[in-house]
Amino acid sequence: MSAMSSNWDRRSLFKAAAGLAAAGTLAACGSNNGRSDSGGSGTNLTQFFHAYGEAGTEQAIKKYAAAYDKAKVNTQWITGSDFESKLFATLLTKNAPDLFEFHPQIQLVKSGQVADLTDIIDPVKDDFNPADITSHTVDGKIYGVRMIDDPQFFFYRPSLLEKAGVKVPTTLDELIEAAAKLTTSKVKGLFLGNDLHAVINPMIWSAGADTLDDKNQIAYHTDGVIEGIKKMRTLFTSGDLLLDAPADYWDASALNQGLCAMQFCGMWAMPQFQQTLGDDIGVFPFPKVTDSGKPSVYNGGWSMFVNAKGENVEAAKAYVKWLWLDQKTYQEDWATSYGFHIPPRTSIAASATKLKSGLPAEGVKLFTDYGHFDNIGWTQAMITALEDVFANSVRKGGDPEASLDKADKTVNRELKKLFG
Amino acid sequence: MSTTTTRDLARPAPAKASKAKPRRGLRGSSTFNFWLFTGPFLVGLVIFVYVPIGWSIWLSFFEARFTVTPDKFVGFENYRFMLDDNDFVGSLGTFTVFAAFIVPTTWALSLGLALLVNRLRFMRAFFRSVFFLPTACSYVAASLIWKMSIFNGVRFGLANTVIGWFGVDNIAWLANPDPPWYWLVILTARLWLQSGFFMILFLAALQNIPSELYEAAAIDGAKPGWQTFWYITLPQLRATSTAVVLLLLVAAYQAFDEFFNLLSKTTWGRPPLVELYYTALGQNQDYGAGSAGAVMLTLLIVIVTLFQGKLMGFGRGDESK
Repeated sequence: MSAMSSNWDRRSLFKAAAGLAAAGTLAACGSNNGRSDSGGSGTNLTQFFHAYGEAGTEQAIKKYAAAYDKAKVNTQWITGSDFESKLFATLLTKNAPDLFEFHPQIQLVKSGQVADLTDIIDPVKDDFNPADITSHTVDGKIYGVRMIDDPQFFFYRPSLLEKAGVKVPTTLDELIEAAAKLTTSKVKGLFLGNDLHAVINPMIWSAGADTLDDKNQIAYHTDGVIEGIKKMRTLFTSGDLLLDAPADYWDASALNQGLCAMQFCGMWAMPQFQQTLGDDIGVFPFPKVTDSGKPSVYNGGWSMFVNAKGENVEAAKAYVKWLWLDQKTYQEDWATSYGFHIPPRTSIAASATKLKSGLPAEGVKLFTDYGHFDNIGWTQAMITALEDVFANSVRKGGDPEASLDKADKTVNRELKKLFG
Repeated sequence: MSTTTTRDLARPAPAKASKAKPRRGLRGSSTFNFWLFTGPFLVGLVIFVYVPIGWSIWLSFFEARFTVTPDKFVGFENYRFMLDDNDFVGSLGTFTVFAAFIVPTTWALSLGLALLVNRLRFMRAFFRSVFFLPTACSYVAASLIWKMSIFNGVRFGLANTVIGWFGVDNIAWLANPDPPWYWLVILTARLWLQSGFFMILFLAALQNIPSELYEAAAIDGAKPGWQTFWYITLPQLRATSTAVVLLLLVAAYQAFDEFFNLLSKTTWGRPPLVELYYTALGQNQDYGAGSAGAVMLTLLIVIVTLFQGKLMGFGRGDESK
């Protein structure tokens, strides 16, 4: 101890400080924020995208960005299933992207994370699908630009249905019966995804209910939804449902590899189904759950938002305007060249020849006839609450009423925070 | 003292090096050496451990949704919310089930492997490497292999192929909580990943046991095999066993990767860290509630670790045994 004290002089202190400074410098070497150097001039913008399953999408986004000459736009292509977690966590840091794709959710607006884009959208607002404008609007202001609409419905093999003597289901009961008849030792009747999350909202809509009503109050807790959950439990335990598939519902593999006869999926996968199965492919909406319900299609999709807390809000808005409002060629390319999506711009959708005939046209018709769009008031926490209802009641066999009561508690807590 | 006297009496011819100036720099100052080696770690410890812990405690008393710099003080509301949350409380139950199985099983398996490898007369290095190699594999990579290749629910999954030979139907190992086959998937993955590491610890301890002990025991009539193992080997491994159990318990508390990747978005089979991830970093982005849960979990780990240390005598000197 005394030896230590005797050495504790100014020189030692200086050395120790130098050592710590060196350590700090080393630590700073790791500050990669994902932005490339601008070379001393111009604006750098960073945009986040989740990894699309369709080949060529990443290259397409980078091609569009490279064509923009007012700023250097870097793309971060985030793989994995937890895009939203990474996005939200990064938005709290200095490495937050200037632009990012996501779904319209009011907490993004309430927490001041997304910029008001009304001024750039207003001039072309009438050319957008009105539902896409509504789903991005809070208090009269528009907070995001829809890039693509993604209707989700069932794909099926007509040859297999014909062989089993099954007609295209129009009710959930018929869907359950069809799954049973189509199941063989090698092929399961139906694939709804490994966690069934994709069919939660369609089931609610097809039961004649909704997530929230016009006054932003709970609209999913109905007898029809409870009946639907019980039927889904029957389906889950029937042995006719494909579970634990290597790829999830959004991938065309299950139907294409002959693991199932019917698969819930999105219109984005239509070209892959057609390429593998040729004409032996058809589509139908989520069938009605109760007599008072009606078929439904979830019109998912992705929208572009500007980080309101970023350093380059105006430059990011200018890029959004250039790419997602002015460059119609790129917008059509993005919607129809890498899987099929419906362009949210009415003029582009009307001229997209790939969507005018055959199966794509049938998909567009289902979108038009039965489509339900995102509700901006339906947040991630609420989505999780209903996912838990499905986990506990459909997959685990718990009481639907009790599960919905628990979800109500979470959703009401959210609603109170968002709307008072 | 004696050394000094000796030098005084018979001073050797000074070496050439001794004419050099007093040593400075790296070898000249113990204070400098102390800071050189501990400074970077100390800085890292403060920045990456103590500051986040302090910040987390602070956040736990605020409403921190979508922000880590909140301004709305809510007192113990976040703590009440987490304790009222069946999922968080249930995650502690999940951990208990997991730890109750994985700690003794890994202990027994790694000790068994160490005993086997230690007895080998040839190719010992090969088998030691074979059992140790899984340690180098990432938990995420292993989880994905387990999920997509071995335990997927379709007919060409490895596990389903094997049970198919015996006429058993395909099993959905992870999607269906009843029966809870997911435990088989999770436990086998972790056993595969961590047993090799603890085997090495036991192997080192086994090789430190003096052979005289076994010879003396043999002279006293101890039978080789179980009797020798029970009365000689196992007591000699006490210190290592205690450390291994402690490490296994801490590792069980930290379980995240395989649960997160194998059981994405279920309401069952969530250990505390996965539950806190979904609360604080998942879709909910509730850093206040997540921090409250983290503080409670930390306190629990401290209590359990202290209790376990007291129970097994970890850290006691020989004189206190």
